[in-house]
Amino acid sequence: MTEKIPANSRLGSLEYDPAPESASIARLKSSYGLFIDGSFSDPSQHEQFVTLNPANEEVLATVAQASNADVDHAVQAARRAYETVWSKTTGAERSKYLFRIARLIQERARELAVVETLDNGKPIRESRDIDIPLAAAHFFYYAGWADKLGHAGFGANPRPIGVAGQIIPWNFPLLMAAWKLAPALAAGNTCVLKPAETTPLSALLLAEILQQAELPPGVVNIVTGDGSTGAALVEHAGVDKIAFTGSTAVGRLIQQRVASSQKRLTLELGGKGANIVFEDAPIDEMIEGVIDGIFFNQGHVCCAGSRLLVQESVADEVLRRLVRRVEQLRVGDPMDKNTDVGAINSAAQLARIQELTAFGEGEGATRYTSSCELPDKGYWFAPTVFADVSQSHRIAREEIFGPVLSVLTFRTPEEAVAKANNSSYGLACGVWSEKGSRTLWVAQRLRAGVIWANTYNRFDPTSPFGGVRESGFGREGGRHGLEAYLDV
Amino acid sequence: MSDSRLDVRKTYKLLINGAFPRSESGRSYEVASAGGEFVANMAQGSRKDLRDAVAAARVAQVKWWGSSAYNRGQVIYRLAEMAEARRAELAEHVALAEGLSIKKAERSVARAIDRVVWYAGWTDKIAQVYGGANPVAGPFFNFSLPIPSGVVGIIASQESSLEGFVDAALAPIAAGNAVIVVASERRPIPGVLLGEMSATSDFPAGVLNVVTGITSELAPTLASHEDVDGIDLSGVTGDAANDLNAAAASSIKRVFRPRDGDGADSTRRLRAFIETSTVWHTIGQ
Amino acid sequence: MSTAPLRLVGNDDYGVKIPASSAAPAIESETQLRALLTALSGVDAVGLEARAAKLATRSIKKSTKMAAIDLAISMVDLTTLEGADTPGRVSSLCAKALRPDPRDLTVPSVAAVCVYPDLVAHARSVLGSAPVAVASVATAFPSGRASLAVKLLDVREALAAGADEIDMVIDRGAFLSGRLGQAFEEIVAVKGACGDAHLKVILETGELVTYDNVRRASWLAMLGGADFIKTSTGKVSVNATTPVALVMLEAVRDYAETTGRIVGVKVAGGIRTTKDAMKYLVLVNETTGSTWLTPHLFRFGASSLLNDLLMQRLKQRRGAYVRPDEFSGD
Repeated sequence: MTEKIPANSRLGSLEYDPAPESASIARLKSSYGLFIDGSFSDPSQHEQFVTLNPANEEVLATVAQASNADVDHAVQAARRAYETVWSKTTGAERSKYLFRIARLIQERARELAVVETLDNGKPIRESRDIDIPLAAAHFFYYAGWADKLGHAGFGANPRPIGVAGQIIPWNFPLLMAAWKLAPALAAGNTCVLKPAETTPLSALLLAEILQQAELPPGVVNIVTGDGSTGAALVEHAGVDKIAFTGSTAVGRLIQQRVASSQKRLTLELGGKGANIVFEDAPIDEMIEGVIDGIFFNQGHVCCAGSRLLVQESVADEVLRRLVRRVEQLRVGDPMDKNTDVGAINSAAQLARIQELTAFGEGEGATRYTSSCELPDKGYWFAPTVFADVSQSHRIAREEIFGPVLSVLTFRTPEEAVAKANNSSYGLACGVWSEKGSRTLWVAQRLRAGVIWANTYNRFDPTSPFGGVRESGFGREGGRHGLEAYLDV
Repeated sequence: MSDSRLDVRKTYKLLINGAFPRSESGRSYEVASAGGEFVANMAQGSRKDLRDAVAAARVAQVKWWGSSAYNRGQVIYRLAEMAEARRAELAEHVALAEGLSIKKAERSVARAIDRVVWYAGWTDKIAQVYGGANPVAGPFFNFSLPIPSGVVGIIASQESSLEGFVDAALAPIAAGNAVIVVASERRPIPGVLLGEMSATSDFPAGVLNVVTGITSELAPTLASHEDVDGIDLSGVTGDAANDLNAAAASSIKRVFRPRDGDGADSTRRLRAFIETSTVWHTIGQ
Repeated sequence: MSTAPLRLVGNDDYGVKIPASSAAPAIESETQLRALLTALSGVDAVGLEARAAKLATRSIKKSTKMAAIDLAISMVDLTTLEGADTPGRVSSLCAKALRPDPRDLTVPSVAAVCVYPDLVAHARSVLGSAPVAVASVATAFPSGRASLAVKLLDVREALAAGADEIDMVIDRGAFLSGRLGQAFEEIVAVKGACGDAHLKVILETGELVTYDNVRRASWLAMLGGADFIKTSTGKVSVNATTPVALVMLEAVRDYAETTGRIVGVKVAGGIRTTKDAMKYLVLVNETTGSTWLTPHLFRFGASSLLNDLLMQRLKQRRGAYVRPDEFSGD
């Protein structure tokens, strides 16, 4: 049995037939109102906007544009609910509401996953296996805190803040809603949540879930709209606390806007995460982790490992394997269960990615782009790796928020730390090495809110998440995440 | 004719390793209501039943602690869901056992279920509240983690048939232990019912074992069993408790004895059967 | 602005590159062997298991599934390794191997039947010149606890009786106690005895326990001359798992890229369902690629798997679930 040896063994040559999830599971309505005081209502000025499926540009639903007056109604409803109901509800009862919500999310997980993928463009495998289960887990975790706040290390009887205004991004729509709502409600606050303009649908489904859970009206209000809705919420005098996740530019504006008020503020902003690879890294798992670090969720991840810092001694080998792996990524229909990389969330985001990658080429970096076929309709960007990147390049400094990795090299641990810290951001970093003492040495010196060792992009409700420097302040998740919603 | 229908009566059994055996001994004893009326023949557990239960718990504890804290929380919460669905039955038996009005019994059951929920929330918080990093003077990363003691024997409250049972059983379970509970001798049924519910709540077999019988026969066996890591003496008092405490010393068991003023928010039971494990790791280039 | 050196990733970057000219290093001392094996990258168990679990979520449907089922059937080493084996049992196994579904001749034959050495001659006589190989376990299977002389005799007898393939076990005791040279030299000796027969080296990964050990044992076996590396005997409590198969596939991939020699992988023990088989084929597809998607380079050591593959094949055609009794119990 002699085999003719081909020069090249093709990866993925066994083609997978399409395995699409059924869009009909979503049961979407044609239009959605605002969720204020426990029920859906039309916006006061009857303005609406459409939300698209970024994978094919088809309209999914029409959504209400909340005006200043609508935001005011929502804040008033939250205030009433806080004063008349929620602040008088015991921790044990709040706990049981949150457990109910967690269970309802679990029960409707498949439907939520489909809606998330349709509205956001992320692969169904990720919404099914990551976004939705983690959202449920967050409610589950904070449910357990609601009746134990005295044990959380903030004093014997910590009090809530009041009405929280929460503004969330489009990259993990339901998960970010859970990150915001669960600790706020556990701590005893009421909320006005503003989902991102391009991804409002899963939050509106969550509103239905809150109704099914019989959460008292006004405890959570959800106002959809564009940036003006968010601005109205930030500036509303009846809001005691603002929690924002999004870009550093908008975060800066919000910090300025609340500067002259007594509002509490937590910000979870951008990042330019460094993934540091030492020569003794477990190579196969490292390659997977680096791929996951930048191409997970199309790179629409604030903590993405968008800068790869590789020790020079293994740089060529790492780049070779990395490029091979990039080529192997299955890019396409987000509803296909075998898709690895889905659609870019919006035309605007695609334009930004295109602009920055064009700069990367102009600055002299070597560009490797997957030869995958991209669909004709929708917003798509092929996974891309830039090699030969310098510290001064824009693609090494600015957050691209897309499936684009910049590769730099280093020679010593000190140099790796210096390069990793050479950024105004400080959200997350990765360290890859089989040598624990060095990993901890590096971790101690990295200026980042989260450091992953031999893994990347891990999230858990028990683990605090958040940045240092211009990546923001405040923590979400874990015991620490309660502090953002307690008057302590 | 429906009013002449004969009730199907229930036989109450032990819960050992996820199965419901009658006692290995074949014996039983009569359980009466607080008012003295016959309620049921209870299985009278023996030393060998306890031996089997300890062996099952030892195996189950590894599996239980090996699952994620999140998963353990969901399983305990599932028990609350199951108990909620059988509230009426629980209340009826709490009322019978403790001689309470049905209203008072219902309130007791409600408190007991909320207590299960409370413990469900603890599984993934124990490490955060009782563990932590230690800033040692040197190039070391040093952190302490709470770990379960292992297999815990529990002599449940003789008086509080459900609330006492829940507190004693669920605290060590939430902390990652597997338990053998000797239910209240005269008021065993609510605890036995809770055991039944646990068997439909995704608990690995053997995490919660319930043995009914004569406390004075069973307690010394548990207290002296060398493969039991801790013992809760809630259901014994006076000299008997002191004797058991002394017996526990033979294998250096952790012993929990209730105190006055163990309020609803007390974490004493939760801390009773955890150990602190500290890891040192070097830091250097 | 300078001109961008834009490169679309093309065939040059795609897949596993196997050089035509380079060769495996000649192993001249245990020290050299040890240095070579300990220089291999470590395996992070968490990352490895996560990767295997992620690939297990691939959804194989319709025509892909039909093609994959037939491919899997053709990769089966239909195995019986019981003390109670008889010539009669082996005869019916051979019949099943040749025509897994006698009513449907489009079903491919399996790759081989796998038996103990004393039944090789019988299997050979039943199969004749049919395109189904006879594989024999040898070298004091499954424990490997015998002298080298006995092991070699075991191999030679199987070959003399007509075996095409030898499934040997490594000396786990030697490997685990650090006597790498001994484990290596046994493989070299058995390979020498095999001549043209294919040598499959069983690592018994359930006894090696760690993934680092699996990677090192894989390289040790390949350097010693293995044509296949195989997970398990099926006789210990832990058999083939997808993470272990992933480590071994990575090893044959890297070995091929380094030495130009292509080594196959056989997963054995505990693989009973079509779903399991699909998971392994996905691992092959996305780790080593097209070259390995052939019975020459990937095998399933199994017995009950074949019937499940046949059932799923029929189910795909009929569109309804079928009863197990549709197929013979061999």
